[in-house]
Amino acid sequence: MKIVVLAKHVPDATADRRYQDDLTSVRSGIEGRLSELDEYAIEAAVRITEAGGGEVIVVVMGPDQASEAVLRALQLGASAAVHVTDAALHGTDAAGTARVLAAAVRQQGDVDLVLTGMASTDAGTGLVPAMVAAHLGLPHVGFVEELEVADGSVAGARETETTRERFAVSLPALLTVTDHINEPRYPSFKAIMAAKKKPVTTVGLADLGIAPDTVGLAGAWTAVESVRRRPKRAGGEVVKDDGDGGTKLVDYLVRNRLI
Amino acid sequence: MADILVLAERDGDEIRRATAETVALARRFGSPALVLVGGWTDAARAVGVDTVHVVDGIRDDVLRPPAVAEAVAAIAGDLGPAAILLPAGREGKEIAAILSVRLGAGVVTDVTGLDPDDDGWPVATQSAFAGTFTVRSRVTVGTPILTVKPGAAEPGPATDPAVVTHTVNPSEAASRVRVTDRTVRPKGDRPALAEAEVIVSGGRGTAGDFSAVEAFADALGAAVGASRAAVDAGWYPHAYQVGQTGVTVSPQVYVACGISGAIQHLAGMQTSKTIVAVNKDPEAPIMALADLGVVGDLHTVLPQATGEAHTRRG
Repeated sequence: MKIVVLAKHVPDATADRRYQDDLTSVRSGIEGRLSELDEYAIEAAVRITEAGGGEVIVVVMGPDQASEAVLRALQLGASAAVHVTDAALHGTDAAGTARVLAAAVRQQGDVDLVLTGMASTDAGTGLVPAMVAAHLGLPHVGFVEELEVADGSVAGARETETTRERFAVSLPALLTVTDHINEPRYPSFKAIMAAKKKPVTTVGLADLGIAPDTVGLAGAWTAVESVRRRPKRAGGEVVKDDGDGGTKLVDYLVRNRLI
Repeated sequence: MADILVLAERDGDEIRRATAETVALARRFGSPALVLVGGWTDAARAVGVDTVHVVDGIRDDVLRPPAVAEAVAAIAGDLGPAAILLPAGREGKEIAAILSVRLGAGVVTDVTGLDPDDDGWPVATQSAFAGTFTVRSRVTVGTPILTVKPGAAEPGPATDPAVVTHTVNPSEAASRVRVTDRTVRPKGDRPALAEAEVIVSGGRGTAGDFSAVEAFADALGAAVGASRAAVDAGWYPHAYQVGQTGVTVSPQVYVACGISGAIQHLAGMQTSKTIVAVNKDPEAPIMALADLGVVGDLHTVLPQATGEAHTRRG
């Protein structure tokens, strides 16, 4: 079983995230990490191969410092990694990212299953997985919370805001998993040491046969016009409950015509 | 005038308020045309569109997003709309992604406002970085595809729309995922989380007992939410999770009870108009951004507030 996991390197959510002059987000000087939601996809993939054999190849697209995410994915149990990096990728939108990732998956030859997290924790559009599936001509199931692989097919359950659906699909397929599918492991010391020896292939756009002008800011299908920092929420009143906390709370809501 | 396609968000025979709001946005750019999957319903008159495209023929055992995307693409192919507006929920995004590849068009997600520029093109407003930035952006390639969040506009008046019925037969490619069972969660009597004006949420501080949170929510006619910690502990269903991996909300009032304010929770509620926090810990991060912080135990503060709210509201 050959599984590809698509993962992303994101700025840490607690960092002071901001934009630079070309309206892309500042990445340098900001602590980065493997997007937390991708850990669930890696864990799901590793469990499948631990049970039935096979390999897990993680694909990360991002600048040099994205190698942090690559290493983390290998520590979490991926067997090999592909780091797609190219100066021309700066400013690539969801549509461009999906084209690049689809090309990287294609380069892996016959893949049985592609897994991703449900969204990145930075831009969080959640668009890329279904776009990649569409480019590859693979069936896509999103928001999977339960999955079982057997006899060349996957069965499981997915959740939308209102509905739970049980599904079945023949492989190959692309599935997007939520943070409810499993509990990702903490890498052991052994896993951390082993990760250093796992193969990482670095590829550029030329290796994937993608013209540089079709990606990046210039090749994007969307454009950011302006960004504005919201006024920081100032903390307001703080009152202590001296037996009247509930009354004070409702007073506040009534006084401000909120109820 | 160009058509603006709006995919209806259905709830049985009802259509969600968010659809009527999105239609009101659409009217700024052209003639709103509703795509209504699953047969006609009279509720379609109330959303304020000029045309309704009823889509029939998608079987229950077919996964909806690919089949719906195929139907929307076909209608878009016939009409050449100036924009396609979709709901911002999970299926809306999946449909948006498929349409984007199919039509070669850009997508802007989680739109909270849409205004015409000098040439009449839609410019979208979004929140970014956990609600700390407001971003304005546009689609530059193809028919703009936008997923619109609840609360983006006030619904307009009802209309008497023209109705066109499309009987579709999903292609092999769009029906490869078989749905073997579908369970729609019962709605309950409280307002839907994503659309509620007032939300009362509980976290770790409830210690698993949501009765005080629910009683206060009911006294205010509010929706109930939960933090990820409460959901992970199995105290409240996942569908009620507020935060980055749950529902992103922006109500008039958000009452956070026993919720410390982890970044992933703040990301889902930070754009609420007014935030009230009830927490034993005055140093909890949520206190730093609450308009009113009550330092106390929710299990005593909320019952008192519930009684007070009943008294004041008569």
